[in-house]
Amino acid sequence: MPKIFINDKVVEVDDGITVLQACEISGIEIPRFCYHERLSIAGNCRMCLVEMENSTKPVASCAMPVAEGMKIKTDSEMVVKARKGVMEFLLINHPLDCPICDQGGECDLQDQAMAYGKGLSRFVENKRAVKDKHLGPLIKTHMTRCIHCTRCIRFSEEVSGNNQLGTIGRGEDTEITSYLEKTIDSELSGNVIDLCPVGALTSKPYAFVARPWELKKTNSIDVFDAVGSNIRLDSKGDKILRVLPRINENINEEWISDKTRFAYDGLNHQRIDRYYTRNNDGKISECSEDTAVNILKSKFTDPKKNKIFSLCGNLIDCESIFSLKLFLEKIGLKNYDCRQDNSFFIPNKRSSYIFNSSISGIDESDLCVIIGSDIRKEAPIIGARLRKKSLDKTGDYNVVRIGYQYDLSIDALELGKSFSSLTNLQNSKYTKLLKKSKKPIFIIGQGPLCSSEGENIFNFVLNLHNRIVKDPNWNGLNILQNYSGRVGALDLEFYNKKNIQKNNIEDIYKGKYETLYLFGADELEFDKIPKKTFIIYHGHHGDKAASRADLIIPMPCFTEKEGIYVNLEGRAQISRQVKMPIANVEHSSIFFSKLASSLGFQNDYSDLGSLREIMFSRYPILSKINQFKSEKSLKPSAFSKKFSKNVIISNIPNFYMTDSVSRNSPTMSSCSLQINENQNKL
Amino acid sequence: MIKKENLIFTNLYGFNEPSINFAMKRGDWKGTSKILKLSKQEIIDKIKDSGLRGRGGAGFSTGMKWDFMPKGSSRQHYLVINADEGEPGTCKDRDIIRNEPHKLLEGCLISGYAIGATKCYIYIRGEFFNEASILQKAIEDCYNRGFLGKKIFGQNINFDIYLHYGSGAYVCGEETALIESLEGKKGQPRLKPPFPANVGVFGKPTTVNNVETIAVVPTILKRGPNWFNNLGRENNCGSKIFCISGHVNNPCNVEEELGVPLKYLIQKYAGDVIGGWNNLQAIIPGGSSVPLLPKNECENVLMDFDSLKNAGSGLGTGGIIVINKQTDIVKVIARLSEFYKHESCGQCTPCREGTGWLMRVMNRLVNDDCTVEEVEMLEEVTHQIEGHTICALGDAAAWPIQGLLKHFKKDILNRIQKKQVA
Amino acid sequence: MSENSFKVIAEDSLQPKSFSFSSDNLVKAKNIIKMYPSNYKESSIMPLLSIAQNQNNGWVPKKAIEYISDLINVPEIKVLELATFYSMYNLSPVGKFHIEVCTTSPCMLRGSDSMLNLCKKKLGIGIGQVTNDKLFSLGKVECLGACVNAPVVKINENYFEDINSQSLDQLINNFKDNKKIKIGPQSERKGSEPRK
Repeated sequence: MPKIFINDKVVEVDDGITVLQACEISGIEIPRFCYHERLSIAGNCRMCLVEMENSTKPVASCAMPVAEGMKIKTDSEMVVKARKGVMEFLLINHPLDCPICDQGGECDLQDQAMAYGKGLSRFVENKRAVKDKHLGPLIKTHMTRCIHCTRCIRFSEEVSGNNQLGTIGRGEDTEITSYLEKTIDSELSGNVIDLCPVGALTSKPYAFVARPWELKKTNSIDVFDAVGSNIRLDSKGDKILRVLPRINENINEEWISDKTRFAYDGLNHQRIDRYYTRNNDGKISECSEDTAVNILKSKFTDPKKNKIFSLCGNLIDCESIFSLKLFLEKIGLKNYDCRQDNSFFIPNKRSSYIFNSSISGIDESDLCVIIGSDIRKEAPIIGARLRKKSLDKTGDYNVVRIGYQYDLSIDALELGKSFSSLTNLQNSKYTKLLKKSKKPIFIIGQGPLCSSEGENIFNFVLNLHNRIVKDPNWNGLNILQNYSGRVGALDLEFYNKKNIQKNNIEDIYKGKYETLYLFGADELEFDKIPKKTFIIYHGHHGDKAASRADLIIPMPCFTEKEGIYVNLEGRAQISRQVKMPIANVEHSSIFFSKLASSLGFQNDYSDLGSLREIMFSRYPILSKINQFKSEKSLKPSAFSKKFSKNVIISNIPNFYMTDSVSRNSPTMSSCSLQINENQNKL
Repeated sequence: MIKKENLIFTNLYGFNEPSINFAMKRGDWKGTSKILKLSKQEIIDKIKDSGLRGRGGAGFSTGMKWDFMPKGSSRQHYLVINADEGEPGTCKDRDIIRNEPHKLLEGCLISGYAIGATKCYIYIRGEFFNEASILQKAIEDCYNRGFLGKKIFGQNINFDIYLHYGSGAYVCGEETALIESLEGKKGQPRLKPPFPANVGVFGKPTTVNNVETIAVVPTILKRGPNWFNNLGRENNCGSKIFCISGHVNNPCNVEEELGVPLKYLIQKYAGDVIGGWNNLQAIIPGGSSVPLLPKNECENVLMDFDSLKNAGSGLGTGGIIVINKQTDIVKVIARLSEFYKHESCGQCTPCREGTGWLMRVMNRLVNDDCTVEEVEMLEEVTHQIEGHTICALGDAAAWPIQGLLKHFKKDILNRIQKKQVA
Repeated sequence: MSENSFKVIAEDSLQPKSFSFSSDNLVKAKNIIKMYPSNYKESSIMPLLSIAQNQNNGWVPKKAIEYISDLINVPEIKVLELATFYSMYNLSPVGKFHIEVCTTSPCMLRGSDSMLNLCKKKLGIGIGQVTNDKLFSLGKVECLGACVNAPVVKINENYFEDINSQSLDQLINNFKDNKKIKIGPQSERKGSEPRK
């Protein structure tokens, strides 16, 4: 631990850190533009210059490693002069358009100009004007404002891996662009908006929408995939205007995916805000709550009520699922499930359906085997984390893949595309690799687990995992869930243990059930469901299910209520309410209370608080908010080594449209059009 | 001053052929195998003893630079030759490459051996197409004779030389920019530390040396460090090629001992200043990056690192640009400002933004379209750039203007005031 | 006359529909790729761009950038970065004889401005432009590194040094008339030696 002197004060710091970091630790703020904790050091903005003893020139603190006895000054005349000089250079060609700039109010340049700017310009020449670049439907550019910090380029090379940004020209004519202004093809591209220290890269959907100080900020979590990225929802009145990441080192570090960031506008479209029934003529018309309750009452008191099957959707919070479960238990219905995809798992064994190593466990692992997952599309945040690990220069980290060769932006050793390629893992070449590994992770996608070979794959991989892993504290069997509501629903046992092995969805299509109660479940193939099946849709978006439903019951969406979501690691987190539900739509727990009383019984809870208490007492794991609980590895059941020659594919064919909200988001639609079109061209 | 028998570059002007046969007649590749029987450290020590300082501009001790390379490591080491000559006023390496290529190649082999390198890249500026063809031919001849390749001279020495063409970027003369360029990136200088001796090209220990530096190495080792050390002045040893351009009657390249008086050099070799010595206005003595010297400073100054530094300028590359009194000195420097603006890589703020600013103010100054305050501002801006950039290009853009204002500010202010009155 | 630049990507109508290396150049390219460690494939971008430029009459079309990106498997933007950063790559068509006049201070002191004006006047084009017959194009370049032989012009890959109005005029005529030309100093000098 070297001792260094900062402004004559002794500080003891960790070896290997930079002077800038050392200053931060001792509470001294160093201005900077190009430096970013999560990107490589560029040292190009020169704003962080400090004085170092025995150096005639000021040094860039972001790039200077600390050394024993180093004497640093951050407030000397030399330093102030240097910073003021750099600031003047940054401003001479920067437009004075702060009043119309979306970055205004949260701009690093604006803030630091207050501290180091001159106030008057000595630059009487014409300012540089730079043509704006087209980068796609998400990122708006105003390149005249660019200060060439290259954070965006480094992000695209080092984090997202799409490698599409670069500089053209040189000197003062240097411009940042993609090749011939091609649309950025990345699921993480929106992060460059946060990274840009000025208003050169801003959000297209948020352009000229609001000023940061007018916004109400609500800390919440994302529900568009199973990662549970921590976010901040910025709203004004009853509209969500933008979504920003919050730092959570265990989950999303400080990145979010483009769907997380931009799909929120789907919340303003196709919302279900009242009750509807289908008339005899097949048309849908509005009805009262009482009518809806009466229809339900008739269904649930029917002697053939065992012919009702309930399915809960992919984006539903735990409290809502639990309120439905309590209701179904009260009336003695046992046919329900939370899987519209028949994905394999083992009841009551969390280890069979969570990402056991935890997300940050990727950093600890020493080998990764991917089985049938398009990680970049299924969980971009995990893809980026894995990519970071695979690029880590300190060790030779290998990523091995079985399944269709999706572009992961990670160099992988390809073992074959089909299920039968799994057995290649036992080839001598790879057994060596596996044997060497102490902390391997096996990422199994939902594609293979939803297939008929899911169970066999699971046990095959589990067996392999257990043979390699000697450390009892390491569980590297990582199920990559795709949906935010899935793990919570499995934790709440929203399934019937008795018929878990059966294909419930096939039964639905075969017409085994007379009535379907779809609780936000939107992902069925509705044309396969027999016409005579009576479908109740209880949800917040008029999407696939609603257009087929015979009875529609409104539900508040996730920004309109508070609820617990369990991410793919099994970590419970709370999604916060941002605004009141539209048209005062009732929370499902209230609706089920009304329904219960119409059926002549009382629910055991009176409000969300007491509902939660019951839930926590039955499922204590859900009360461990923000905590990760590791699970011991399971013992594999018998399995066969006979796998089919079918190609293993992901079940997320279109990243931008995975649920009823993103399917109704105009921004996601244009992404889907522009970006997927580009990919098809390639 | 220099005795004929002490000239290193006996075919500097190309009166003789550059081919391997003629080169060998001139003494190249003679006794090379004996030198390679010395230990690496012995060679490094001899070069240290000779007092050789880098000829590329910075004048750092070559032996010390070599000594920075890791010893006894198993990593690949690289020698990289900086043949990206482009400093305005400088054209010495071009003559070495086209007329004395074997001095360079022999130097590469010996220097590479000394620093533990088995591979060498010669980064030659792309415009030197014909020169590079000659060098390429020389390399091929060396391979055919067994002077390059595997088991050189039957000894356990392997050495390969590759020619890499630049494509027009002055900044690639900066060693880390050159390394970046060699790695297929934009020529943007790296942050130091780490230094190339630890992390150089392709992430491996690397020494980057100028063409002239390496080309004199074989002769030094053959004639002995003392011989070289006795040429020139203390701490400024040996001979060097000077390029005399601009307003002289006979512009030329010439090899002379360090410490030769500037006036002697110009009068003896370049046929004096056009219009006579008294018609001299100023001289830029070491390539465009160093501050100019007005006539009175040129009278007695000696051409070596320390003398020129003491005179407020620098030896740089030894490119002497002579400016006579019929010339608008402001215009000459303004043109250099345009050069630096054009060649700024654009990576770091002070240089990217500052060089353009300097150029614009300088261009106005040429037409006296400036206020007195702006002249002060101009000087301030040069100091805002100097010392605040990643590489020395920022300094190089600042110094010519600082030199101009140091010696000619009064004249400039007079000009401005005259125009304002008019 | 207005100034253009050959560094601007040519409009689509001038861009060829496809590009690939001739078989000779492909051999050259493969040898170049071998010069560098296999994990530094970007190193060959610059030499490959030069080959492409030579093959395509002195300029690099978009298809060549995409071809190189594909050939060595690097992102297109990385190739474009270098093609725009380094001044020797032209991104729009040049004449059969591409004249580049060095105008940096040492050449300027020896009259390069009038050499440039002579070219403009004689050819009737400005900087960054091509004559109607596509024979000549004109560029202004920074220091060519032949300062003791100033003024200097570079025409295609050759230097012409110690020029004056007369010799430059003659030189252009000779190029136009397909007559024999002398490369190097247009004076009695062989190289950089002092005049006798």
